[in-house]
Amino acid sequence: MIEAPDLDYAALAPLLFLFGAACIGVLVEAFARREVRHPVQLAVALVGTVGGFLSAILLASTRELSGDGADVTAGDALAVDGAGIFLQATIAGLGALSILLFAERALDPARSSFVAAAAVPAGSPRDRELLTSERVQTEVYPLATFALGGMMLFVAANDLLVMFVALEVLSLPLYLMCGLARRRRLLSQEAAVKYFLLGAFASAFFLYGLALVYGATGSVRLSAVQEAVTDGGGDTLLVLGLALLIVGLMFKASVAPFHTWTPDVYQGAPTPVTAFMAACTKVAAFGAILRLLYVGFGTDEWTWRPLIYGIAIVSMIVGAVLGLTQTDLKRMLAYSSIAHAGFLLTGVLGFDATGDSPGLSATMFYLLVYGLTTIGAFAVLTMIRDGDGEATHLSSWAGLAQRSPVIAAVMTLFLLALAGIPLTSGFTGKFAVFRAAIDDGAWPLVVVALLTSAVAAFFYLRVVVLMYFSEPAPDGPTVGVPGLPTTIVLAVTAAATLVLGVVPGSVLDLAGQAANLVG
Amino acid sequence: MSDFPFLLLMIAVPAVGAAVVAALPRGRDLLAKQISLGVSLVVLLLAVLATVAFDAGGDRFQLTSSVSWIEDFGVSFALGVDGIALVMLLLIGVLVPVVIGASWDDEPVGTRSMTVFFAWILLLEALMVGVFAATDVFLFYVFFEAMLVPMYFLIGSFGGPRRQYAAVKFFLYSLVGGLIMLAAVIGLYVVSANQGEGSFAFEVLNAIDIDPDVQKLLFLGFFVAFAIKAPLVPFHTWLPDAGAEAPVGGAVLLVGVLDKVGTFGFLRYCLPLFPDASRDFAPYVLALAVAGVLYAALLAMGQSDMKRLVSYTSVAHFGFIALGIFVFTTEAATGAVLYMVNHGLATGLLFLVVGMLIARGGSRRISDYGGVAAQAPVLAGVFLVAGLASLALPGTNSFVSEFLVLVGSYPSRPVFTIVATVGIILAALYVLLMYQRTMHGPARGLMGGHDLATPDGGEPAGPAGDTGGATATATVTAAPATARRVPDLSRREIAVASPLVALIIVLGVYPQPLIDLIEPAVAATISDVGGDPGGAEPQADTDAARTEAGN
Repeated sequence: MIEAPDLDYAALAPLLFLFGAACIGVLVEAFARREVRHPVQLAVALVGTVGGFLSAILLASTRELSGDGADVTAGDALAVDGAGIFLQATIAGLGALSILLFAERALDPARSSFVAAAAVPAGSPRDRELLTSERVQTEVYPLATFALGGMMLFVAANDLLVMFVALEVLSLPLYLMCGLARRRRLLSQEAAVKYFLLGAFASAFFLYGLALVYGATGSVRLSAVQEAVTDGGGDTLLVLGLALLIVGLMFKASVAPFHTWTPDVYQGAPTPVTAFMAACTKVAAFGAILRLLYVGFGTDEWTWRPLIYGIAIVSMIVGAVLGLTQTDLKRMLAYSSIAHAGFLLTGVLGFDATGDSPGLSATMFYLLVYGLTTIGAFAVLTMIRDGDGEATHLSSWAGLAQRSPVIAAVMTLFLLALAGIPLTSGFTGKFAVFRAAIDDGAWPLVVVALLTSAVAAFFYLRVVVLMYFSEPAPDGPTVGVPGLPTTIVLAVTAAATLVLGVVPGSVLDLAGQAANLVG
Repeated sequence: MSDFPFLLLMIAVPAVGAAVVAALPRGRDLLAKQISLGVSLVVLLLAVLATVAFDAGGDRFQLTSSVSWIEDFGVSFALGVDGIALVMLLLIGVLVPVVIGASWDDEPVGTRSMTVFFAWILLLEALMVGVFAATDVFLFYVFFEAMLVPMYFLIGSFGGPRRQYAAVKFFLYSLVGGLIMLAAVIGLYVVSANQGEGSFAFEVLNAIDIDPDVQKLLFLGFFVAFAIKAPLVPFHTWLPDAGAEAPVGGAVLLVGVLDKVGTFGFLRYCLPLFPDASRDFAPYVLALAVAGVLYAALLAMGQSDMKRLVSYTSVAHFGFIALGIFVFTTEAATGAVLYMVNHGLATGLLFLVVGMLIARGGSRRISDYGGVAAQAPVLAGVFLVAGLASLALPGTNSFVSEFLVLVGSYPSRPVFTIVATVGIILAALYVLLMYQRTMHGPARGLMGGHDLATPDGGEPAGPAGDTGGATATATVTAAPATARRVPDLSRREIAVASPLVALIIVLGVYPQPLIDLIEPAVAATISDVGGDPGGAEPQADTDAARTEAGN
């Protein structure tokens, strides 16, 4: 007789919202008429994400999550703690913004950036017919909500097995969504296959690592792993297991040297999906990394620091240096995302096994600001179009400021934030993670990080130079007039980028209060 | 009176002004100019009133205010000025209206709007005030980096033909320096946190003892940023590009004020916070400074582009300033601070007048001009005043400061001082050569009415009895000669130049009020670093400083 575990429904509410919305979305897809499907799907997805966001906030404000209120539930499989809820709220919020980008219908002449029927072979007569039809594909909403649910489960998983399940739940919809682009379909499908193949490998790594850790410790529970680590020290099996788990997670977080899929997938995927992956997946992956390292392997006895230290340096250098050579904005932002993953890892290093870890709150804050800025930057990308869809080649951005000063100014704000210029949120985030790392004595790493920031600043600046200081090409792209959804996204992300740069105090406080992980 | 938030207003007024100007619809250029000029004059008035409210013999930092800004980082929005910062605020107050007046009739490149230009200038003013008025290291860093953005757009949007290259080079050099400084800023915080409450407040950081080895690293972090900004050789290569490509107004603010943040940073942060490291590194810094004086002077002589030449003269002058700072005597450092002001006025005027000449001739090359004085005597006169002030002729403001630096440096560092003195002779050469070539002699190049493209442009009309073809050429080239006649300075230009000319002469004859403002602050700084604060400081403080140095 197996006894059903106790479920703390209030604590699970954010997850229930997302998974509930996803299931309803599937039913809508099956039963609703085609004409009403799009608005209904959008409403369901938004209710799910916004509901998840609000319930997470409500949960955080009603419980003492940083102190005694932090707990585990569902048979110890899920953690209910400050960091988990903070990251869940972040994912749900960023997810809602991404879904608004999915819903944009004013920019593309065919009313959507998603292919109407993904199964139709690219280039076939039927495909050409669909290219101009206004049929809108709506499966992407339940897919995205499932992925979001998986991500939120991922950051709360207190158990390696649950973590693996969540990894799969979040990954599978993402693979599909990458292949849904309406334009440049072959590129999109290639991206989907690449992501799937490499992602499957990464999952296998993770699973193998899980098996080894289980072999070494006799448990998949993070707290049990930590006890074993503290008692037994680093025996070979455990170290190998940790290394393999890290590989799996770093892959999802697009950290070099596990980044090779990132530029291709970011470029090939429909831009709203790229925004979704760049923001939400990053948060989820780092949430899991933090939990694994801080809860599972966070002891004084031995340390994962050298490993993370090395990976961080590689990621920053690869991202910044290869970013210099890119001529496509989506690829450039992909390398930027790799460099930022390195910066995030410097924050992860600010771990203190004995007391409060400045690294935890710093990394969480950085994830939030990076996610907002990235979504904003990709949202701008969706608006710059020529006859062939989005014009993402650098050269087509020449003189954009003269065509559309507001859009150029907003993009400049995002780029300055990504470069980490003061008075933008990017600077606050960078400062927070670097301070955490220096606190930990990792100042050589911070010096490397600062130098790579300078290198990376060059490619962000190059876009600003093109937009402002070059004359526009006569046959350059046009700036689409965005509909309400994209306008909301741009307004929210730009305001957040500025506000979190000028008066970040309250959000930093929030991250500071939320910074605890239940053991 | 001293509770009045002068500093906050000096930041807020231009910042709001910038927002207002930026929000004006395109085409309302005149209104934008009027608002900008009005705002900058208000800032000047505030600066003057702040000086009146400032008590030179009082506390080190006055007009202070502090509001907690990012509590989580321990950062406050803390403002306050000592005498050094105050004179820099005065300089900003004077230069910005002048720059706005000088840019009044500038035509934008392409389809850009000049309202944006004035909005950037005002934003830059707000940030420049902030950088000098901040007494919190983090806040200083924020202003230090944020200042790059308006200048970047000023150069990149309104500059010369190679503006993109110059703007990016300027931005990246400063950004790299700034990021290295950021590491040191965080390091400083961590050091202070290890000794009690972590803080970014200057006065707290000034009071803590830092391990000498750590001091060296932190000193280098700050030093590199400031040496790039100042700029010292070998970190100077961005300045000639930026100075030459920036629009004249931007260039004046760039070398007049922005670069002073570097030397100001030496005095405010490097010396007091890292006294041991400053003493250890002083010989090397002095070597760089003196090398800069000579090297930049030699390069200046070789320039054919007037704006590049003026930029190189600045590099040489910054060598003098750094020399005055790093010999650690009150006399020399007072001279250095005075030099910072005077250089802003003299080089600012030189840039303006060169800009006026370029506006007339359409070329930056020295060889395109000649004999301008005959056609535009007032222009030539202003040019001469600016040039003489740059080479520190007695009677001009720069002489006082240069003299103070050299006299103050000689007793402790005779060799460096003597070598630097050679720079004065070189300065006379490069300034006078440029003046002579452009203003005197036969009307040459563009001024002579002969297009440079014709190789015999210098000769009047060819020998008598020439063929008909040659005569035809002569008549053709004669037509633009009348068109190219150089108009003398307009009333607006005279109004722009005259305050600077007046200040150059007044401060050359009677610099005492400024010295009185500067000296106590400098003496406090020098006693922080354990140098010789000199007789200006009350005895008690000197003793305290000696004891501190002895510990």
